[in-house]
Amino acid sequence: MNSHSHPMPGANMSLELRAWNIRRKALLMGEVQGQGYIGQALGIADVLAASYFHALEYRPEDPEWEGRDRFLLSIGHYAIALYAVLMEAGILPEEELETYGMDDSRMPMSGMASYTPGMEITGGSLGHGLGIAVGMAMGLKRKGGGQFVYNLMSDGELGEGSTWEAAMSGAHHRLDNLICLVDFNDQQADGKSTETLCSEPLTQKWEAFGWHAQRVNGNDMQAVVAAFDTARESDHPGPRVIIFDTRMCKGVPFLENREITHFVRVDADEWGKALDVLEEGKPA
Amino acid sequence: MTLASMTRKYEQRQAIPKEGRVATSAMIASLAAEGYDTVAAPFGHALVDLAKKDDRIVGMTADLGKYTDLHIFGNAMPDRYYQMGMAEQLLMSAAAGMAREGFIPFATTYAVFAARRAYDFIAMAIAEENLPVKIACALPGLTTGYGPSHQATEDLAIFRGLPNMTLIDPCDADDITGMVPQIAAHDGPVYTRLLRGKVPSVLTRHKPDYRFQLGRAQMIREGRDALVISTGFMTMRALDAAEKLAADNIDVAVLHCPTIKPLDMDTILTEAGRSGRLVVTAENHSRVGGLGEAVATALLSNGVTPTFRMIGLPDEFLEAGALPTLHDMYGLSVAKVAEQIKGWL
Repeated sequence: MNSHSHPMPGANMSLELRAWNIRRKALLMGEVQGQGYIGQALGIADVLAASYFHALEYRPEDPEWEGRDRFLLSIGHYAIALYAVLMEAGILPEEELETYGMDDSRMPMSGMASYTPGMEITGGSLGHGLGIAVGMAMGLKRKGGGQFVYNLMSDGELGEGSTWEAAMSGAHHRLDNLICLVDFNDQQADGKSTETLCSEPLTQKWEAFGWHAQRVNGNDMQAVVAAFDTARESDHPGPRVIIFDTRMCKGVPFLENREITHFVRVDADEWGKALDVLEEGKPA
Repeated sequence: MTLASMTRKYEQRQAIPKEGRVATSAMIASLAAEGYDTVAAPFGHALVDLAKKDDRIVGMTADLGKYTDLHIFGNAMPDRYYQMGMAEQLLMSAAAGMAREGFIPFATTYAVFAARRAYDFIAMAIAEENLPVKIACALPGLTTGYGPSHQATEDLAIFRGLPNMTLIDPCDADDITGMVPQIAAHDGPVYTRLLRGKVPSVLTRHKPDYRFQLGRAQMIREGRDALVISTGFMTMRALDAAEKLAADNIDVAVLHCPTIKPLDMDTILTEAGRSGRLVVTAENHSRVGGLGEAVATALLSNGVTPTFRMIGLPDEFLEAGALPTLHDMYGLSVAKVAEQIKGWL
C-alpha cells in the first residue's frame, strides 16, 4: 500500500510517532486557546496518522490536486485534530499553529472549507458529511477517477436520519470508492452515545445497509492500518465503513482517567502538564 | 384536528355557491388559461438542450422526476440522471458533492420539501460554499389543492434570508425556457420555482420581444393608474386583470419581476417613483416574507412612498380543494385581482 505521490520529509517516521506528533500539536493549539475539543483529538490521532501517512494519496504543496483522495471532516469540532495532521503532513505551515482560533487565523474552531487549505467541506452541522461524500464519490466515478472519498464522522452523527439516507444511497449506487470512518468514542453532547440514542448493533446495521463493515480498536495502530488496507483492497461492490472504537484523551493518562464528557475541561495550568505527560510516552 | 376546527373549515365551504363548486383537481393542476398557448415540459426540454452543449450539467431528483419534468432529461440522458430516492437531505448534500467535483447539478423536488425538510443542507452544504447547485421545485405557492403538506406558501420567505441564494419565480414557459441556461451560467446557488406539465406561454403574447433576463424586472404593459409589480404566474393574472380593468377605463401597468433576489432595485424604484400611480405587488406566496415585503423595504429605504398594497396569500395554512375555487377564495384569481385593484383606486 502506497502512502504518497512522492517522498515527504520524515518519510521513515513510524505511524506511532506521527500520531504522537498529532497529539502534541493538538495540545499546543489547545494551550494557545485555553480550550478545544482535545479529548476527541487525542482519541482520533491514530486514525488520522494512518489516514494521512498510510492510506491517502495527496500532494502537500497542492491541496486541490485533482488526483488526491478526498478526506471530509463531517465533525467540524474535530478541526483541532485535522489542523494538527494537516501541519504534520505539510499542507498547513506549522508556524500557523499559534494562530489557532484567533481572529486572523486560517484555523477557526470549527472546520470550514473556505478558511483552510486541505479542509474539503464545511462540517459542523452534523450529519452532512456522508451525503456530500456520496455526491463526490458519484462525481469522481463520472469523471472516471480512481480516487477514494473518506468521510470521518462521529458516533453521535449516527442519530441523524441524513446519515442513513446517505448510507442507503452509497450502497444503491455501488460506490466502492467511498470509505466512511466512524469515531466511536461513545460520547456526545449530552452523555454516552449508547445511552443517548443507541446505534448498536452497529456493524450489523451497516452490513444490512449493503456496506463492507469492520470494527476495530482505533487506538491500536496495527489494527487501524490493517482495516484501511482491507477497506481499500476489498472487492465488495459497494461502499466500506470502518468503525473505530477510540478512547477519548488517549495518550494523556490523567485526562483519560478524568470523568469523560463531550467537552473535556482542561485547566490553564494543565496544558503544560499534559504536554509533559505526553513527552514521557513518546514512541521511539 | 379538533371538531371545532373541522366545523370552521366546513362552514367556510358552505359559503361557496353550489353551482360554483368544482371537484378537487389533480395533484398538479394545470394553470392553462384562456387565450394562451401551452408548451409541454419546458423545463425538461430546456435542460436537455443545455446539457447537449455543456457536459457539466447533471440532473438529480428525490423521487419526483416525473413531477418536475426532469424525466424528460432522464430519458434523453440516462447516464447523467441521478435518482436519489425519497431522501431530500441526501439530494441536496449529494448535489453539493457533485458540484464540488465540477458538475452543475439541477436538483428537483417539490418546493415544500426543499424549503422545509432540506433547509439546513441547502444552507450549509450548498449556500455557505456558494456552490453552483440549481434547485428547481414544483408546486410553488398555491398550485395544488392537496392542502398545506404540498402548498409551499412560505418557500420564498425561507430562502430570502439565505445569503448567496438567487431566487426566481417564473411566470410561464417563456421564462422557464429562458432562465435554464442563465441560471446554469450563474456562479452560485439558485432556487427557482417551477411550473411543469403543460405550461402556458404568456409573456411573449403580451410583449413579443420579451426574453427572461436574470436579475431584471421588465415592463410588460404600460398604464397610468396603477402599477402592479408581480412575480410568478401572478404576472399572468395581473395582465389578464389589467385587460379586464381596461374595459372600465382603468389603466394598469404590469412590471414582471421573476428574480426576487437579488431584486432589480433600479427598475422598481424608477417605475414606482413615477408619481400618481397606486403600487400593488402580486405574488403566489404568503404576504409574509415574499416579493411584497421585499419591494416595500426597497421603496421605503429609498424614500419612494406611493400608495402601496399587497396581493398575496394570507398568513394561514390554506384549505384543500379545487384550484380555481382556492384562487378565488384567497384573492389570486383574475376576477379577484381586478376587484382588489379597483377597490384600492
